[in-house]
Amino acid sequence: MDVDKIIILLKNELGDSESIKVAENSSPEALIVSPAILKRVCEILYRNENCYFDMLSCVTGLDNGAEANTMEVIYNLYSIPFDKSLMLKVVLDRAQAEVDSLVDIWRTADWHEREAYDLYGIRFIGHPDLRRILLPADWEGYPLRKDYKHQEYYRGIKVEY
Amino acid sequence: MANEIQYKYHPDNLVLSEPNKYKEDELKSTEMVLNLGPQHPSTHGVLRLEVLTEGEVIKEIIPHLGYLHRCFEKHAEALPYNQIIPFVDRMDYLAAMNSEHAYAMGVEKMLGITNKIPRRVEYIRVLVAELNRLASHFVAIGTYAMDIGAFTPFFWMIRDREHILRLLEWASGARMLYNYIWIGGLFYDLPVGFEERCAQFVEYLRPKLRELDEVVINNKIFVERTANVGILSRDMAINYGVTGPMLRASGLRFDLRKVDGYSVYPELDYSITIGEGMMGAVGDCWDRNYVRVLEIHESLKIIEQCLKQLTTDHKRSRDFDPQEIVPKKIRPRAGDFYVRAENPKGELGFFFRADGRGDIPFRCKARACSFVNLSVLNEVSKGSLIADLVAILGSIDIVLGEVDR
Repeated sequence: MDVDKIIILLKNELGDSESIKVAENSSPEALIVSPAILKRVCEILYRNENCYFDMLSCVTGLDNGAEANTMEVIYNLYSIPFDKSLMLKVVLDRAQAEVDSLVDIWRTADWHEREAYDLYGIRFIGHPDLRRILLPADWEGYPLRKDYKHQEYYRGIKVEY
Repeated sequence: MANEIQYKYHPDNLVLSEPNKYKEDELKSTEMVLNLGPQHPSTHGVLRLEVLTEGEVIKEIIPHLGYLHRCFEKHAEALPYNQIIPFVDRMDYLAAMNSEHAYAMGVEKMLGITNKIPRRVEYIRVLVAELNRLASHFVAIGTYAMDIGAFTPFFWMIRDREHILRLLEWASGARMLYNYIWIGGLFYDLPVGFEERCAQFVEYLRPKLRELDEVVINNKIFVERTANVGILSRDMAINYGVTGPMLRASGLRFDLRKVDGYSVYPELDYSITIGEGMMGAVGDCWDRNYVRVLEIHESLKIIEQCLKQLTTDHKRSRDFDPQEIVPKKIRPRAGDFYVRAENPKGELGFFFRADGRGDIPFRCKARACSFVNLSVLNEVSKGSLIADLVAILGSIDIVLGEVDR
């Protein structure tokens, strides 16, 4: 199923033509989806028998910096029966980076989302267990944000080496 | 006083920075929290498992990761593309060639030079990657056998792996962390005589694999220890994003070398092996190891074909320069790229965002196969006995360097 057809399918199902756009310069092809309908879009892509994206390969958090004032979450979907890859992008406000969790659809989203929360501070609404995963639970700040400044001391250990 | 002990013991000290999910006084009288790792040898590195048990049965496993977190992604945002390769090596340090191959392919795709890579370079890349796949599977099977109590296979596997490490050291100068596959080419051509030595190694290895079958795979004790233990169903594996030998052991014929057909893999003759539940159910621990053994045989086939190509159609010549199209300045156009390749442990993916302004990635994320495969552990081992936990964990074949990055 081509991206054009996927867009038509999504627009028919959602009755909404504003909130899905094709992103340029992306490989595999990408759609920009508004955060409010992300979960609904993923459910359709997961269940519809013509696309059937049964595997969530990767979830990437991304910070565009204070100037752009946006964060992004990028989902790489893959359909094993149709051998088709698709990228979904969600642009979030930096001050209130929140998006629906996809754990109900793909269980693999659990750890990926915890990682994005850990390193970017993006909150995933409805995640069953949103804790830090790679960093210690009492670490301050989100290291992959572009304006991150590490703490001077961590439990009496100097962080700067 | 110089010799005064500074440390004051408190039971919580050990879990201060990574508290347990379950508190001692919230448990039911039949439940208990068992802590496994991070120094337990069967966790293959530094992984801590918080195991909630009821009697001898596992109710839940909460893995605590991050003891080997080295900020790969943060480093990658400060380094040019070609200088990230050594960091990629250190992710899955048992299969560094495969990781390099995946990474180099990703950057080449961004630069649009995928089709310009010389054939000899491609065949050498596949050759060294498959050799490294053998080495990785040897460690997986050897340490697995040791985890469940058989000591001999470990020594045998490490002995055979040593031959591979020496071959790769001869080619690249390093035993494990090679930095051999460069963006657009290779560090060096293969050393003179490498092909012959490699062919001798293949000859040497074939009978050893028969021994491996006898001493491990068809061993009655091994079969009874691993068959019907830790069954992972196919649907569950897909939903958890599990890839690699684990997914194939669950019965899905899915291998990115075939599916994506990258590099010269479409020109080679080999098959994808799956678990069929010969000793128990499909997707049990035995199947996962059996699939690895079958993959070793398939990799040997690939190696032989690569050697044939490297000595006939694409043989060594004076004017071959492995760094011929290595770009002086790597400046990809702006855009987002997701590239994936089949590592010994599963799908290794790289997500890149290039801003088009420099030779440093704006964002470089590694989708680590061990990380994703490990996330299924709780689901697989729920309801099994504590004694089976080590058997299940070992069969997942994780490398903590890649889990924590």
